[in-house]
Amino acid sequence: MIPANLQANPRLDRWVGFETEGRVRVAFGKTENGQGVQTALAQMAAGELGVAFSRLDIAEPATELVPDEGTTFGSISIETSGAAIRAACAEVRALVLAAAAAKLGCAVGELDVLDGAVVRAGTPTGETYWTLAGAVDLTRAPTGEAPLRGAAALAVVGDSEPRVDLPPKLFGAAFLHDLVLPGMVHARVLRQPGRQARLLGLDEAAIRSAAGEEVDIVVDGAFAAVLCGREADAERAIAAAAASARWENAPDVAPGLSEAQTLKTLPSEVFTAGAAEPEPSNRRRHQASYGKPYLAHGSMGPSCGVALFEAGRLTVWTHNQALYPLRRTIARVLGLDPDAIEVRHVQGPGCYGHNGADDAAVDAATLAVRRPGRPVRVQWRREDEFAWAPVGTAMAFDIAGELDPSGRLVDYTAEVWTGPQTSRGHTLAEAALPGDIPPAPPLFPPPPPGAPRFSAGLFNALPTYDIAATRTVEHVIAEPPVRTSSLRGVGGPPNIFASEGFVDELAEIAGQDPLAYRLAMLSDPRGRAVLERVGQMSDWPRRWETGTGRGLGISYDRHRSHGARCAVAAEVDVDAQVRLVKLWCAVDGGLIVNPDGAKNQLEGGVVMAASWTLKEQVKLGGPGIASTTWDDYPILRFSEVPPIEVELLNAREAPAYGLGEISQGGTMAAIANAVAHALGARIRELPLTRDKIAAALLAG
Amino acid sequence: MRRNLSFTLNGAPASAEVEGEATLLTVLRADLGVFGARFGCGLGQCGACAVLVDGRVEAACTLSAASVEGRAVTTVEGLGTPEQPHPLQAAFLELQAGQCGYCLSGILVGAKALLDANPAPSRTEIAQALDWHLCRCGVHNRILDAVALAARRMREAAA
Repeated sequence: MIPANLQANPRLDRWVGFETEGRVRVAFGKTENGQGVQTALAQMAAGELGVAFSRLDIAEPATELVPDEGTTFGSISIETSGAAIRAACAEVRALVLAAAAAKLGCAVGELDVLDGAVVRAGTPTGETYWTLAGAVDLTRAPTGEAPLRGAAALAVVGDSEPRVDLPPKLFGAAFLHDLVLPGMVHARVLRQPGRQARLLGLDEAAIRSAAGEEVDIVVDGAFAAVLCGREADAERAIAAAAASARWENAPDVAPGLSEAQTLKTLPSEVFTAGAAEPEPSNRRRHQASYGKPYLAHGSMGPSCGVALFEAGRLTVWTHNQALYPLRRTIARVLGLDPDAIEVRHVQGPGCYGHNGADDAAVDAATLAVRRPGRPVRVQWRREDEFAWAPVGTAMAFDIAGELDPSGRLVDYTAEVWTGPQTSRGHTLAEAALPGDIPPAPPLFPPPPPGAPRFSAGLFNALPTYDIAATRTVEHVIAEPPVRTSSLRGVGGPPNIFASEGFVDELAEIAGQDPLAYRLAMLSDPRGRAVLERVGQMSDWPRRWETGTGRGLGISYDRHRSHGARCAVAAEVDVDAQVRLVKLWCAVDGGLIVNPDGAKNQLEGGVVMAASWTLKEQVKLGGPGIASTTWDDYPILRFSEVPPIEVELLNAREAPAYGLGEISQGGTMAAIANAVAHALGARIRELPLTRDKIAAALLAG
Repeated sequence: MRRNLSFTLNGAPASAEVEGEATLLTVLRADLGVFGARFGCGLGQCGACAVLVDGRVEAACTLSAASVEGRAVTTVEGLGTPEQPHPLQAAFLELQAGQCGYCLSGILVGAKALLDANPAPSRTEIAQALDWHLCRCGVHNRILDAVALAARRMREAAA
């Protein structure tokens, strides 16, 4: 079967080429955001082609240079893009070997490729990818017949190749933010305070007085911007514009809506699935409510976009995760033909989902078409990124479980309240611009005919154990008080935090050890293996009595119930606040392409999730978000990050599962479970701050 | 309002015509085209713009450019080059101590200041020295290891 991404981009020369002697051009539609995806995909290509990794030239994604692989998201690049690049390379290898066999007058089966050279019984034939490049037609589509090398034969896969994108980032200019184009102007956009707000007026004289007479002021409906030759002038201009702007219909969001449980008070659509309600019985039943607040992506660099409109063609430079989708969005918002738009990816700060990068690119494109001929650079300020980039939605959970007489979990109900988990393709600019802009794609697209309903809000809503009866009730809040979209892991990690906390409560009710309780309802041998391994890593049998101020907690999940298996253990000290002592993480992600890169991703996920768990909450207020500096939105610091051990199990076992968002949910739950063990009282609302600890101890 | 500013940048003389209120970060990036110090927050809260001024770590995004008149400024470009990396840059690459990399030039500069003052820091001392710097990708432990590795290599080379 031909992988979907290759079917969608069937020309083999979109993926691979041999234009330069001794070099191999490879192209993927996935963007590098510091997660090492380019390196891992290139390793798969090198392995399948049979060339040294160092021979590869990896195309920086641009719509004219790489296949359309949609959005880089969901920890699926290795599965989907990796499958496509391997299949494409296998097709290319087969074509070249067939051409070599015809030329040499031998059977294809006698030939193989060794570092780009065609060999027969291990002996060079004089033919190579480059001597035969002219003899094969790479513009053709795949046959679906080319055999893949077995995982074990993929020599380059499993090596920790150093990341190809990292070195430039240590020596100076490296990011889109550092791009300088001839004649470039610097723009700042005045953000519309809510989608309904109307701009009544700006004091243009005040703006000119602040920034000089050359400032170019663009006002189109509620979309207003300033453009200057010097960036410092644009900074002063936007400050003056913001101070003088008069708005109508700006919202005033109640700060109380920052709390996750308030989702239950908002209008929602309800979807139920799973087993029928349990018959009334005398089984032990337990219920609890959990909550996770709105979270910021917290990219280290505020978003940036650059665009140039010239001779009817628009070129956009972006650091987003979705080149072709962004092209479609810009075409829709600006009324352009997608074929007249080229989108080029340039490295940027980690975005961890849908942050401000897409909006900054649309801002730049919007201004570029109004000011043709000069590149327009839009740089968001820190307060723009915190206030106007989408945030990860708050979620609330009511969970109920029933235990059989032995204490085993036999019936489980997850009731989930969530805002939109993704709003990709929706932009700030389109709400502000006048005119009839075609509507953005639906936030909740209906499933294809015959397919089940799909909702990221239900990822991992059900714990991945053997439970006789399970059901979900999902309350989808289409209009939460703030714009929400995908954040690393979307609904999965918060659901794991809630469900694995609840399973810990059940173990306590059943009077059983939390690790043994989980293992007793987990038949999947690979799941058991990671859980047992994290038990060994954390020396679980030493676990002590509850309520001593020191805690050890554990968690297990399977990514979206069918991907990588992950177990996490956490040790904490709790007095007035939580101090992380150590974290352990065992993962079975199947075939690991780049072990060092995998561990880097998993450990990074552990740290980010620890930060979410202990510190982070977006504070609402005013027109939307009130927490607009790092002082308002603290994250984990160097002195707070504990030692972390990560182990990979079954690393040569195909298939390869994605790992970029595997470790967060388990980390959240293990830390919360450790804190409950330390305190002898459970906190079910994140973050686990000083105030919540004090309240839990008082209530206990 | 514009005045001439002269200082030493990464060991070489530098000068620019600057506004009275310009920050050092603006002068480095907009006037001199030196991009290692990055814009992160504009409030001195994140460390992405860190530079050394006469060996001391400063937030270039809040530091008045006028204040570096006649002084020596070091950015990450002054540490080493891809061909001749500073031991810190070599150690960061060896341990793959980075993900997105946006925070790294500030952290490398901060680590250099630490090692200049304390060639044998403990892990706790490294963490304390870098505590101002934020890293969102969660590479903290690798960064601490890389600074310790570089410190060891520099001590060995000096011995």
